[in-house]
Amino acid sequence: MNKTGTAGNKGKGIKSDCFVEFELRTDGGVQIELNSKVEAYYGNSNRKLAASVLEFFEIEHAHLTIDDTGALEFVLAARIEAAIKKVINTEKSYLLPQREENKTPTAKGAFRFSRLYLPGNSPKLMINAGIHHPNGLILDLEDAVAPDKKFEARFLVRNALRSLHFYGAERMVRINQGKPGLEDLEFLIPHYPNLILIPKCESAEDILKVNKVIDKLKKQHHIETDVWLMPIVESAKGVMEAYNIARSADNLVAMAIGLEDYTADLGTRRTAEGTESFFARSMVVNACRAAGIQPIDSVFSDVADMEALAANVKVSKSLGFDGMGCIHPRQINVIHQNFAPEEAEIEKAKKIYLAFKDAQAKGLGVVSLGSKMIDPPVVKRAVTTIELAINTGKLSPDWQPATSN
Amino acid sequence: MKKYDKLVINAVGREVPTIINGEEHIPFKGVGKYKPTGRKYGPPIATCADYPDDGNKIVENLKDALVKSGLKDGMTISTHHHFRNGDLIANMVFDIAHELGVKNLRWFPSASFPCHEHLIPYLEDGTINRIEGSMNGPLGKFASEGKMKGLGVLRSHGGRYQAIQDGEVHIDIAVIAAPTADPFGNANGVNGDAACGLLGFALGDSQYADKVVVVTDNVVPFPAIPWQINGNHVDYVVKVDKVGIAEKIISGTTKITKSPDRLLIAELTAQFCEAAGLIYDGFSYQAGAGGTALSIGNYFGDILRKNGWTARFIRAGSNQYPVEMLEEGLVGYILDGQTFDLEGVRSMRENPNHVWTSPFTSYNYHGKGNFASMLDIVVLGATEVDLNFNANVVTHSDGYLLHGIGGWQNTLFAKTTILPIPLFRDRIPVIRDEVTTLCAPGEMIDVIVTERGIAINPLREDLIEKTKNSGLTIKTIQELKEEAEEICGIPEKAELSDEIIAVIKWVDGTVIDSVRKVLPKK
Repeated sequence: MNKTGTAGNKGKGIKSDCFVEFELRTDGGVQIELNSKVEAYYGNSNRKLAASVLEFFEIEHAHLTIDDTGALEFVLAARIEAAIKKVINTEKSYLLPQREENKTPTAKGAFRFSRLYLPGNSPKLMINAGIHHPNGLILDLEDAVAPDKKFEARFLVRNALRSLHFYGAERMVRINQGKPGLEDLEFLIPHYPNLILIPKCESAEDILKVNKVIDKLKKQHHIETDVWLMPIVESAKGVMEAYNIARSADNLVAMAIGLEDYTADLGTRRTAEGTESFFARSMVVNACRAAGIQPIDSVFSDVADMEALAANVKVSKSLGFDGMGCIHPRQINVIHQNFAPEEAEIEKAKKIYLAFKDAQAKGLGVVSLGSKMIDPPVVKRAVTTIELAINTGKLSPDWQPATSN
Repeated sequence: MKKYDKLVINAVGREVPTIINGEEHIPFKGVGKYKPTGRKYGPPIATCADYPDDGNKIVENLKDALVKSGLKDGMTISTHHHFRNGDLIANMVFDIAHELGVKNLRWFPSASFPCHEHLIPYLEDGTINRIEGSMNGPLGKFASEGKMKGLGVLRSHGGRYQAIQDGEVHIDIAVIAAPTADPFGNANGVNGDAACGLLGFALGDSQYADKVVVVTDNVVPFPAIPWQINGNHVDYVVKVDKVGIAEKIISGTTKITKSPDRLLIAELTAQFCEAAGLIYDGFSYQAGAGGTALSIGNYFGDILRKNGWTARFIRAGSNQYPVEMLEEGLVGYILDGQTFDLEGVRSMRENPNHVWTSPFTSYNYHGKGNFASMLDIVVLGATEVDLNFNANVVTHSDGYLLHGIGGWQNTLFAKTTILPIPLFRDRIPVIRDEVTTLCAPGEMIDVIVTERGIAINPLREDLIEKTKNSGLTIKTIQELKEEAEEICGIPEKAELSDEIIAVIKWVDGTVIDSVRKVLPKK
């Protein structure tokens, strides 16, 4: 085992992060050397936190160096823990209190128009991500994290699940492919993620493996909240298996397609027109609709071109998708605006909602519109359509006729 | 001589000296409360008998000009900052002073930049006693650590003109770097290889200094048109190889921000202005050169376009963005105090509606009105704001001098002052119990727009009323502060020395706050 472990980032352009070097020693007690950009305001509290992490792991002799560029406490704690665990073996985890609102469950059919990818080892990008109000925030442990940073990213993502402000966005994590992904789950499931994205999914078997670990961990940690799954199909084989994957589990709520890898697998390139992926996208939409889950489109990677993004979203919606990924906060609004319900949808939802209110007022158990009976899920959907229309500015908050109030 | 003496508590509760570098100064008394009496300062009377009839005032070199101007110990030398970080002349002036063994000078720039780090050895060896002007970067660090021999004095652009005009600062020699000049001393900033736009910051210097030296790399035969600086004020003209690096007037902050968080703040600011009815056909605004401010200008442009409105005028700091709006016809006039890029320079040269101004017309508080107070909206930055909306723009929360005041204090007199600022910057909360340095009393700040909510000064009941059903997230400043602290943790208060290293002047020349020395690192 090494005597020295490091974690975190430093250097040009790194902010709101820290770089930690932990050296286990055999004598001399504990020394903490803090070099902090925010020394004047948080020097003392940072030293106190560092000391309490060392004490928690029963470190008696060590030298800890911290280069801090304004890391929040959950970041600092994650970095120190990761550095220590590169040196010592322990079952213990240093956990800061979990924000109560970070335990809130989400509905199976929640809107998932936009999901913003956040590199799992870059705290700077996480802190303000929620203020842009995507439907979901994905803490990414997979492609956005360099191989030598995978270990420490797990601690950061775990702590983010507990401490980060999501501002109402669904808490999502993309795990790694295969066995490392199953190990990732141990860092996630006890901390109430709403949804796990499973990359490069090629069979129902992949889903079952993940669910087996999730079930075990939920039982072990007495978690009863649902953990939803969103597999990502990114290969020719995955596309062919789309339907089997889509219907493989009850907690599978959506399936996405990843076009970068898929087109590479086909031996072709992604184009603006997207002809090469038409088949795959349609397959995914079809499989999802057949299985009753949400089909979700790939990310659009030119973050500077909002007009092309808008065009892309329109195509996506017309193919039948319910949402798409984004890699820059400025994409969120464009995606919402273009996935938002159209006038006709809104009008229909308004009628259903008013019929429901009317039935309620009259004490009727059954809602009907004209001669047609309306099922409760349809009412629910109408309510969400209205909420969404209001949220995207397509409907005034006080749209209801005065008489119905 | 003591750097400062006779401390009193001023009208905003700050401890300030009334004796500064041996001279008496008045403590801040409240906005609009101090009314000066007497007459303005007048420069010595000159006679044409002492100047060549052919109008040729060219001398051999800058050293010659400075010697002829009588450069000696204890004098005040002024320069302007239209070249921003591309200034070459201030360093040259003090190289000469050092070579001549002159000591104890007061440097009175309209602003200093990192390129002036070159002067630190002269501050150390006593060639320069002190800087009265903005200090940031290496000079800010030097001053903040208490190493400057005299006490620093920071003034706004308008306050600098006021100090010159009122005789509070007597300039012995003004050295004016000019992209174009004629032998008589008429000078401008719009023509020549080093064109930097205008020379407004040097206007007061030319009018009131005992001796005025114009330095240029582009001598044209009389007349140099336009004469932004009037040759009738000028004693000597010097030709150098290169007067300044024009490309460096572009600072890093004059590009529209790409940061999604700052764009969000900009968008919210524009939405707020729209909801509050501050934007209308014929309105006016000033937005600085920061990335956020520039994108606010863009959003204002969208609102004007959508409604088929035009803005009557923009006060600027111009660069390509306001120029585009002018050329599109969205704006009637740009009243420009300094150009921030070469597009701004071009437009000023070519477009009669892009007008050069000066701190006298725009900002001087001891005049018969000024332009700044006529603005509908001004958008400004700040390093800190306290719960009473008092704001700081010069020091970082750790006490280091970070920015000059610029036109910041002067534009606070606009009808509505908005500070779009992130709620915290790399963990450092912007809203504090008390600002480190008080540059503006809270009554002057109307709105703070952050990414997590907008706080309106309770004094502005009209704005509160107009935006209450706007759908914008309006919070109290206390709520915003608590929100930041919930995320970042409650910051400790930076410990500073009792020793004062500089003072901050209000627009009327009174002393509004003191800047304390930063303690050495633990």
